[in-house]
Amino acid sequence: MTYPAGTRVRVRAFDPDHHTRVPRYVRGQPGEVVAALGRWPLPDDSARGIAPPRVQACYAVRFSAADLWGSGDHTVTVDLWESYLDRA
Amino acid sequence: MTGHDDLPAAARTRRLEERLIAAGLTSDDEIDEFLTRLYASASPVNGARLAARAWTDPAFRELLLADANAAAAASGFSVPPPDEHGYRLRVVANTDQVHNVIVCTLCSCYPVSLLGPSPGWYKSFAYRSRTVREPRAVLAEFGVTLPDTVQISVWDSTSEARYMVLPARPAGTEALDAEQLTALVTRNGLIGTALV
Repeated sequence: MTYPAGTRVRVRAFDPDHHTRVPRYVRGQPGEVVAALGRWPLPDDSARGIAPPRVQACYAVRFSAADLWGSGDHTVTVDLWESYLDRA
Repeated sequence: MTGHDDLPAAARTRRLEERLIAAGLTSDDEIDEFLTRLYASASPVNGARLAARAWTDPAFRELLLADANAAAAASGFSVPPPDEHGYRLRVVANTDQVHNVIVCTLCSCYPVSLLGPSPGWYKSFAYRSRTVREPRAVLAEFGVTLPDTVQISVWDSTSEARYMVLPARPAGTEALDAEQLTALVTRNGLIGTALV
């Protein structure tokens, strides 16, 4: 596992022209890994018919509303594959 | 040309099905068979049974929160893992400090077998976009007004990981049996848009 729970990460600010599971609202944002979920095929590859797709760790990453929107006191947790993330 | 966003969801779905059938990737019969199988046993009563058992059985609650796929299987609701065309099920528990709510901003992912067919609003652009932005206001529109001291935790699902909320057991339900407790739990409670 590359990122244990508690690791501060930042979502890569990329904008691919293919399918991806990175919601636009978290791109470029800092967050914290709260759980490693498992190792699964990367949807970006599967959706393009790349065989075999890369298999990567997927993490539940928590973001604060203040970081995402500039206001709000809630958190949003998003499941993100390893190649979407950099260590912050 | 009409943009696909202008069409009702059913018409958009049918247009996509027709393209897949025309490409030889599936057939109407295959789609019908899949949907029949998917919905044959899908019901929010399944999720409600898990919640009610977690309220009365501490060891089961611990398993449900740590490994919900295993807990569901132990209760007769098999959810295969992602590499077997299933998904990782995570159950997140409401407490005095935290209220959880689930959404899928990218599409409408949701544990169908445990929550039944998803409600129309769950798939709406309004619910999907506003829940991550202003969940307190969205919940208030569902009649759920939480004290400011309760933190709201939003879970944005993907196809591979899907979420169910474990509502907090209501006060005054100590005398109820498993069936009566199960009957208290609603689909919205399992999504987080109701308290139970």
